[in-house]
Amino acid sequence: MTRERVAEFSVEYVQALDESGEVDSAEAPDLDDEELLELYRLMRLSRRMDERAVALQRRGELGTYAPGVGQEAAQVGSATALAPEEWMVPSFREGAAFLARGAPIHRILWYAMGMEEGAEVAGPNFPPSIPVGSQALHAAGIGWGKEIAGEEEAALVYFGDGATSEGDVYEAMNVAGALDAHVVFVCQNNQWAISTPRESQTRAETIAQKAVAAGIEGVQVDGNDVLGTRAVTRDALESARQGDPVLIEALTYRRSMHTTSDDPRVYRTEEEETGWDARDPIVRFEQYLEAESILDEERAADIAEDIEALIADEIDRAKEGQKRVVPAEMFDYVFAEPTPELRRQKAEFEREEGDGEVATPEEGMSGEERAGGGEVSGRGE
Amino acid sequence: MANEIRLVEAIRQALDEEMGRDDSVLVYGEDVGVSGGVFRATKELRDEHPDRVYDAPLAEAAILGLGVGLGATGFRPVAEIQFASFVYQGFHQLQQHAARLRSRTRGTLGVPMTIRMPYGGGIRALELHSESFEAGYAHLPGLKTVVPSNPADAKGLLTSAVRDPDPVVFLEPTSRYRASRESVPEGEHTVPLGEANVVREGEDVTVVAWGAMLAEALSAVDDGDLDADAEVVDLRTVSPMDSKTILNSVRKTGRCVVVHEAPRTAGLAAEIIARINDDALYYLEAPVERVTGYDVPFPLFAREEAYRPDAERIRRGIERALSR
Repeated sequence: MTRERVAEFSVEYVQALDESGEVDSAEAPDLDDEELLELYRLMRLSRRMDERAVALQRRGELGTYAPGVGQEAAQVGSATALAPEEWMVPSFREGAAFLARGAPIHRILWYAMGMEEGAEVAGPNFPPSIPVGSQALHAAGIGWGKEIAGEEEAALVYFGDGATSEGDVYEAMNVAGALDAHVVFVCQNNQWAISTPRESQTRAETIAQKAVAAGIEGVQVDGNDVLGTRAVTRDALESARQGDPVLIEALTYRRSMHTTSDDPRVYRTEEEETGWDARDPIVRFEQYLEAESILDEERAADIAEDIEALIADEIDRAKEGQKRVVPAEMFDYVFAEPTPELRRQKAEFEREEGDGEVATPEEGMSGEERAGGGEVSGRGE
Repeated sequence: MANEIRLVEAIRQALDEEMGRDDSVLVYGEDVGVSGGVFRATKELRDEHPDRVYDAPLAEAAILGLGVGLGATGFRPVAEIQFASFVYQGFHQLQQHAARLRSRTRGTLGVPMTIRMPYGGGIRALELHSESFEAGYAHLPGLKTVVPSNPADAKGLLTSAVRDPDPVVFLEPTSRYRASRESVPEGEHTVPLGEANVVREGEDVTVVAWGAMLAEALSAVDDGDLDADAEVVDLRTVSPMDSKTILNSVRKTGRCVVVHEAPRTAGLAAEIIARINDDALYYLEAPVERVTGYDVPFPLFAREEAYRPDAERIRRGIERALSR
C-alpha cells in the first residue's frame, strides 16, 4: 500500500500600494510621473463617467448601465499593461478598461442607449459580452491563434467571480493551457454576483487556485491597488506571450449596484459597503501621489475640470448620434452579404414603416420572384 | 477531371484543397488529428498540413468559442463537432456569439467559421448520436446551415462554406458518408451557398428533400409503383433558403411533398409550406404534404427504421398529394 502526496499548490497574493498609500518599490512597476498621472486620470474619468451615466439612466436617457465604481484600479492597472495592438476581451462592466484602451465615451454611452454603434469595434477590442463567462473562450481562441502564427502577442480577458462558476471559464483556462494559448485571464473578484456573495459562489478558498486544475499559473493581487495590478498583469502578459497562460484574481469590491436595475441594499449591509471606503482605489492612489508630490490640489482640480469638460462634450456627441439612428440598418449587418430573404424583409419593413430610404428593386425582394407569384398576378390563376 | 469517391472522401478533399489554397484555414476538433476523426473525414490531413490540424480538448463550448476568437482575428477555423447531437454543450457559443458578432459590431468583426457536424440516423449509433436539428440552426439569424446529399455537392458546398465570411453549420449525413461512390470534380469545385438544385425534373408533383432524405426521395420517385412524374428538389442550403427554386417548381407542378428526418412540429417543412402559402398558394392543386420524423425523441436503433422516413413512406406521401 502506498499513500503519498502527489500534488501541492499555493497561491501568492501581491500588493504594491497599501491602504495607507505606502508603496513597496519591489512590487511596483517602473513608471514615470506622467504615466502615474495618466493612471490617476483614467480612474477619475471612469468614476465620473459612471456617476454621470447612472444619473442619465435615472433621467431615462440611458438604458440599463453597469457601473464599475470601485473597480477602476483592477481595470486600469490591467488594461494599461496590455500593448495597444493586443486584444482586450471584456465582460460588461469594463468601462474603465475601455477608457484605458482609448475608447471614446460616446461609444460607451451609445451602447447603453441601446445602439449597436457603441459595440462597433475600435481597435483590437471585443465588444461587451452580456452572457457571463462565455467570452473567456474568445480570448483563448485569439491567444491560440497567436501561438499558431508564432506571434509574441497575447489577449487579455475580463470576467467576474460569478463567471468562474460557468463551465466556459474553466474550459477556456483548460484549453488555453493545453494549446499554449497566449492569454491572460483577469477575474475581477468584486465579491458579489448580483446578490450572491463570493462565499456562496464557490467553496474554493481563492479564485486564483481555479488555475491549478487547468495546469496554468494563478495569482492573486489587490485589485484596488493600481500599481500592483499593473505589475502583476505585466508579468502575466510576458508569460502569456510565450505560451504560458495566467489567471489573475484581482480582489476588489463593486461599490455600486450590479446594474441600474439592481438595489444592493436588499442584500448587503451599509457597514460592509462603508468598510471599503478606506480601500477605495482612487483615494489610496491619490494619497500616494500627493505624498510623492506628483499631485497637488491644484493639479487634481485641473484634471477634474478637464474630465468634466470631456464628459460633457461626449454626452452631447452621444445624444447627437442617437438622433441619427436608422432602424432599417438592423438588416444590414446580419451577414457580410444580405440574403434574398433579408433584402425582402428590409424592403417590407421600409414599405410598412416608411423608415429609411425607399428600397430599389435590387435592394428589396427580387422582382422576378414577386412577378412570378405576386399578390395580384399570381393569385386566382 | 473527375473521380469516383464517397461523400466522406469528398469532405476530406475539400479540406485538403482549401488548406492548400489558404494558409489561414485551420482544422480542429475532437480526434480529428492523429486518428483522422471518428468518421475518417480528416484522415491523414495532419500529415499534409502538420501545423494546421489540431486535436482539440474534449469541450464543445471551447471548440466553438475558440473559433469565434480565431475567426474574428484572421483565421478561417473549420471546427468539427464529433456528432451534431453533442453541440448543445456549446450551442450558446453559436447563438450568443458566432451568429451575432457581425451584427452587434455593425460589420467590424465577423466569424468566418465552418462547423462540420455529422448528423442524422441510419447508422445504428448510440443514444443521442442521430438527431437532425437543422431547423434550430435555421432559426438563428446570422448563421448559415448547409446539408449536402452527395459527394460532389459535399465538396463544392464545403469549399464555399470555408470561404464564406460568416459562420456556416455544415451538417454531414452520416448514413451517406459511405453509401456510394460518385463522380466528384478534382481541383477547384464550388457550389454556391443558398442555391437549391432540381435533381430530377418532373411535371406532376414537387418533392423537396435534403441530406440523407434526398436518396430516399429519389428512390421513392423512381419506384415503379408510383404512377407520377415527380420533380425532386435538393434544398442543399436550408438557411438561407432558396425559396425561388421551390416556388418555381411548385408553380409548375401544383403539388408538393416536403421530406425531412427531423421531428414534424416546427420543422423546416412548416417554413417551406408557409413560403408556398405566401407566394404560390393559388398554384396549388392540393395541400402540401409532409413526410417527416415523428415528434418523439430519436429512438434507439431497434426502432430507428420505424422513425426515419424511407422511400415507402415518401411514396405514400406523394400519393396523398396526388389524390386530393
